[in-house]
Amino acid sequence: MGQLVQAKGSAVVAKTDEAPAQYLTFSLGGEMFGVGILNVKEIIEYGNLTEIPMMPAFIRGVINLRGSVVPVIDLSARFGGKSTEVGRRTCIVIVEVPDEDTRHDIGIIVDAVSEVLEIPGSEIEPPPSFGAKIRADFIFGMGKVAGKFVILLEINKVLSVEEIAMLTGAENAAAEAGSQT
Amino acid sequence: MDEITSVFIQESREQLAEMESGLLQLEQNPDDHDNINGIFRAAHTIKGGSGVIECHFIESFTHRVENALDALRNGELAVSPLLATLLLECCDHMVSLIDVLAAENDAPDAELKASGDLLTERLKDFLDTIGGNPAASDASQLTVADDTVEVESSGGGIVLTDSWHISVRFGENVLRGGMDPLSFIRYLSTLGEILGIETITDAMPAAAEMDPESCYIGFEIQLQTRSSKADIERVFDFVREDCDLRILPPNSKLSEYIKHIQELPEDTMRLGEILVRCGALTQAEVDQGLSDQKDSAEKIELDNAAPQPQLGEILVENKVVHKEIVDAAISKQAQVNDKKAKDARLVRVQADKLDQLIDLVGELVIAGASANLLAQNSKQGDLVEATSVLSRLVENIRDSALQLRMVQIGDTFTRFNRVVRDVSKELGKEIELVISGAETELDKTVVEKIGDPLMHLVRNSLDHGIEPTAVRLERGKPACGRVSLNAYHDSGSIVIEISDDGGGLNKERITAKALERGIIQPGETLSDAEVVNLIFEPGFSTVEKVSNLSGRGVGMDVVRRNIQSLRGAVDVASVEGEGATFTIRLPLTLAIIDGFLVGVGKAAYVIPLDTVVECIELKNLPSDRNFMNLRGEALPFIRLRELFEIPGECPPRESIVVVQFAGHRAGIVVDQLMGEFQTVIKPLGVMFPHLRGIGGSTILGSGEVALILDVAALVHTVSQAEERKMLPGRNHQPTTALPNN
Repeated sequence: MGQLVQAKGSAVVAKTDEAPAQYLTFSLGGEMFGVGILNVKEIIEYGNLTEIPMMPAFIRGVINLRGSVVPVIDLSARFGGKSTEVGRRTCIVIVEVPDEDTRHDIGIIVDAVSEVLEIPGSEIEPPPSFGAKIRADFIFGMGKVAGKFVILLEINKVLSVEEIAMLTGAENAAAEAGSQT
Repeated sequence: MDEITSVFIQESREQLAEMESGLLQLEQNPDDHDNINGIFRAAHTIKGGSGVIECHFIESFTHRVENALDALRNGELAVSPLLATLLLECCDHMVSLIDVLAAENDAPDAELKASGDLLTERLKDFLDTIGGNPAASDASQLTVADDTVEVESSGGGIVLTDSWHISVRFGENVLRGGMDPLSFIRYLSTLGEILGIETITDAMPAAAEMDPESCYIGFEIQLQTRSSKADIERVFDFVREDCDLRILPPNSKLSEYIKHIQELPEDTMRLGEILVRCGALTQAEVDQGLSDQKDSAEKIELDNAAPQPQLGEILVENKVVHKEIVDAAISKQAQVNDKKAKDARLVRVQADKLDQLIDLVGELVIAGASANLLAQNSKQGDLVEATSVLSRLVENIRDSALQLRMVQIGDTFTRFNRVVRDVSKELGKEIELVISGAETELDKTVVEKIGDPLMHLVRNSLDHGIEPTAVRLERGKPACGRVSLNAYHDSGSIVIEISDDGGGLNKERITAKALERGIIQPGETLSDAEVVNLIFEPGFSTVEKVSNLSGRGVGMDVVRRNIQSLRGAVDVASVEGEGATFTIRLPLTLAIIDGFLVGVGKAAYVIPLDTVVECIELKNLPSDRNFMNLRGEALPFIRLRELFEIPGECPPRESIVVVQFAGHRAGIVVDQLMGEFQTVIKPLGVMFPHLRGIGGSTILGSGEVALILDVAALVHTVSQAEERKMLPGRNHQPTTALPNN
């Protein structure tokens, strides 16, 4: 764990040389989070979601995004919390996640989208070694904005296609195990 | 890579496939001349093509193969299994050479070259064995036609030259067809020495009218060679349809030359000059010839006023050519024409263009469904009518578009003739392959992906299934083992069966192995069907000795994974001592299906229409058990609401959709029936590889996503789950047999 954080820290140090990056910030369960703007494709209103049965809670379902079927992830459930309640300002943020040589569109449910912020590398602190109640490798860094921390997400890890596929598989593993008839 | 080369590679691959199937037939019917000619033609076409694109390593190797084939064709070599094997190896080598070319390498690597040389040596050995011609190492000497010897040499007017005269006029489209006249001349020079060549440019129009893409030129060539007339003609095979080719053998009569001159479109005197210039004739000969011609023509008129005989007849009469050669040439021409006609009915299309079209048609189907829905909601009669006509058309377009991608499975199957032949030789077993249902069609993408799993299964049958001959005889079976491949359509799927009449699967050994590998636990009781299906488990192999054919223990589970990734299933049934049958079940197409839309709560699901048998109302249930009496049959059913944990109360009226797959029937309980619906399958993507019971998703006219049920997997999952619940008894087989009350 410590090593991991250490590695993260050095990565952040390396980042400080770069020009300030832009982050889309949003609120989720009362906390502020941010994702790199380059990962974000679009933000759409929550609705017309089709649930997929027999899936872990963090997979909310799929939506039709102009003809293609895009899975929607409940971030709060993914972080181990309870499912997001759908409210008036609930949105789906469509992010692009690289997987080997292809890219996938995945939607994430957020309570409300706030703004796009420019955060210079010097204003990004390494994540705390514990206490964030979110897996350490999900956090890229803690951005300081107006004296408050914004949790900047390592979105490729959070939405790792491989890991999610594995988790959905675990749900079905029992069914898989005996499928020999 | 330029276009000619890629066309050459593609065509050569086709020719090689033809050649291979021909060679396989050769062993069975050694006397089938059409077949031998076919093989020869294939080799020759490749040689010719490689000459045209100036790929010399292919050309020279193919040339040697062609020599052997030529000897075979002329009956100088007898067909033997050894020769057939050698020729098949040569065929494989040519495939590798084509691969080298396709990889845009200039020359084959050392290893390939060495194996090529080895094959050449062995070919040479064969040719050396030809009786009466022990020294003939290069078969081209064998093929030197005897025409020249037998051509009548008495009588005056013989032109004293030992060379052939070729006159060729290229058609206008030669250049457009991707042919370079120059490469033919260059190729011709490989047959012998070109003594003289004159370019004929008389057909060239004035510069203003000239089309730079048309070819207007012709050549008069004087060639010294030992090749036969047919060989020379073959040089021009590629432009046979599109050029005017005349060949005069050495020592032809002067009158033949004169006839030749007169038949050509150019001015007689000028042609005479040209012939003189390229060394075919002397001036004196031309003069004499022309006057002779006049005389003889008059003479014929005087004598009997007979109609001018046909050129062919004259040639035969004058023994310039043999009758057989003329016949052969005619029949060859006919064959070439047949093939041309067959080709002409085909259009080569890039696969991705086709995929794009199918995608667009998919979008069209969705858009059409949405328009239909809106029209129905608007309640305008005319609009509804118009959209229904439109959707019928869209349906037709969809069907035709999908048909474009459908190919027969026969080609995939026939590939196994070779595998069976080679493997049975290697194993010292006698095995025949029986193919049926080769005309069954399925989607090209499925065909491409099914080859490897099929190969594994066939090899497995050959290696493990069929017993050695001695054992077979002992068991009272025919010495010759039989492996059969069969394909047929069954309710929206294609079923491929690979069966053998070998020993079947040994259940004790499978159980023992599974225990040893920890795949099953001691004390676990399995049904016979479950036992034999253990072979699909990862890391399972019952054969101690690892052969190079199969038995690495990776085969079967890879097979199952590959087939599952195509939304298919594989199953094995075995009768000990009588053989085993592997059954692969695959969807016909991966793109679009006809669906039946049902609703549960607020969610909509699509059941593939071809699995739906009927819909009935759910009523008069005897108890709360999940089966009902369907006309005397106990029909088990699935409550979708329970299975998918959909919240909400059941409506007062529920319906059962009766589905059928792989011989099983089951019911699916739903709230609402919403009718037929065309659906474009959208894969759910990489995130849900383990999702069982859902085959994909589709977009409804309203823009919502609906999930497509994979009926077979769904029922399977449920029956598995229930079976586990019934443990440890394992007496229940809920899906197959429930007692009828």
